[in-house]
Amino acid sequence: MSRLMIPKTYKLYLNGAFVRSESGRSYKVSDDNGIFVANVAMASRKDAREAVVAARVAFAGWSGASAYNRGQVLYRIAELMEGRREQFVEEVYRAEGGGKEAAASQVEGAIDTWVWYAGWADKYAQVAGNANPVSGPYFNLSVPEPTGVVATIAGRRPCLLSLVSLIAPALVSGNTVVAFPSQAHPLPALSLSEVLATSDVPKGVVNILSGSPAEIAPWLASHADVNALDLTGAEDLNWIELQMSAAETLKRIIPPETAAWAAWRSLDRILAFTEIKTIWHTKSVI
Amino acid sequence: MEQRAAALSTRSIKTSSKVLALDKIIELIDLTTLEGADTPGKVRSLATKAIQPDPSDRGTPHVAALCVYGDMVPYAVDALRDFNRSRNGDAIQIAAVATAFPSGRASLEVKCADTAEAVAAGADEIDMVIDRGAFLSGRHEEVFEQIRTVKEACQRPDGSYAHLKVILETGELSTYDNVHKASWLAILAGADFIKTSTGKVVPAATLPMTLLMLEVVRDWYRLTSKRVGVKPAGGIRSSKDAIRYLVAVAETAGEAWLHPSLFRFGASSLLDDVLLQRQRMKTGHYSGPDYVTID
Repeated sequence: MSRLMIPKTYKLYLNGAFVRSESGRSYKVSDDNGIFVANVAMASRKDAREAVVAARVAFAGWSGASAYNRGQVLYRIAELMEGRREQFVEEVYRAEGGGKEAAASQVEGAIDTWVWYAGWADKYAQVAGNANPVSGPYFNLSVPEPTGVVATIAGRRPCLLSLVSLIAPALVSGNTVVAFPSQAHPLPALSLSEVLATSDVPKGVVNILSGSPAEIAPWLASHADVNALDLTGAEDLNWIELQMSAAETLKRIIPPETAAWAAWRSLDRILAFTEIKTIWHTKSVI
Repeated sequence: MEQRAAALSTRSIKTSSKVLALDKIIELIDLTTLEGADTPGKVRSLATKAIQPDPSDRGTPHVAALCVYGDMVPYAVDALRDFNRSRNGDAIQIAAVATAFPSGRASLEVKCADTAEAVAAGADEIDMVIDRGAFLSGRHEEVFEQIRTVKEACQRPDGSYAHLKVILETGELSTYDNVHKASWLAILAGADFIKTSTGKVVPAATLPMTLLMLEVVRDWYRLTSKRVGVKPAGGIRSSKDAIRYLVAVAETAGEAWLHPSLFRFGASSLLDDVLLQRQRMKTGHYSGPDYVTID
């Protein structure tokens, strides 16, 4: 006897909940051969605005969590992704084609990226921070702190690895994220949001919105409450215009890059969205 | 009530009306600070914000009133003196909560002394709480007498009266019947305003309860041609919510009520959200909390 098909409803991941777009819009997603796979929600600028509000609220808790805790949470994401490995491989394969092996290696790369950045959580501050020499009876210490709310535009391919490679380094230091995954291949990213929802990541820390980055990115670039803009995957957009708009409110920006994905695992990516705080403290009384 | 409130909430607001609505909301706000930790400094900084809510846009209207505890009234008077003198007629009112706010658990003598002191210090408006315990036990006449007595205490030496707002605390009266009864009771006892809540009890103001109170003042107006004001307070934090209240006011009591003398929002954080939305309308991009003043 054949079973009834149970197709999955793909929604936005906003403030820890799976919701449809407030606009009621959706769009069709096809596989590599152009065959229909699913309807997914198409985020509006108001969804993006809500996501920024959620990310701002979540920022205090996430940046205030201990470095060890953030590392554990990131590692936990890797654990849960490992458990759903087959599903991710299947979704990436359907989206991008190119053989199961390539899909499997992309998923493994994404999982390893979480582990790699998880390890940095309690170390990056030691590497990037400093005890500065000063002439006087003072300690002078510089430490990196998270920038704030980061808006991320992920690239087209590799659809899963690109998203993970962008949000993991932002999360390590305590930033919160509003991310747009690949418009053409959003399904692995939306499944990733299910992993995030069940892996101790507090609500609002990561918000994943499927839809058109070309439509929404200008709103995020000009949004005064977004502190940084990761345009690594925005080579198809008018990213010069976006940078100019972001400059109005002095955002940190990573412009589109062409580097190989592996090179993206770097300490520089973590430090791109941190601010250096320098503290003077007297040592005369010790 | 709930259905009607829900229906009014679905009204779509066009951009041009939204700009007008946001300014209207600011004009209707009783900018409030009612914390145990209040200081003269906080009252002064709030007064500055009341006068000029958005320093980046001098076209921003001022709020309707500053609402503080009785002992803070002198500082509020002091902080608003110069501004109010320059505005003849269009002044920022000073509202004081009195009568053992928020619980109302004190003897009538204490309540009257509390009220008289605030009026003597220069309060233009008194926000009193009713004795919910007495009301819920069915001692309605006692509540009526208390409101009437406090109203007497609002009298100034020159014979004029400070405006009296009567807080029903709808969250504790809980049923529509009780709120309906209490609204009539307060109006008959001489209230100039009926106010939903202290803001210290959850739920505070809700749209259905406010709608009910608006219906009462509408009916009172039809009977006597006298207009009594309504003030929802507590829990109204977003511009979106506030606009829903404006729609409910216009559709229930009538547009005449969209005036600071007949409708107020008791709020503290609402103003910040309205300023953010105003900046968004003006600049075309979304603003953030870093761009409005901290209370």
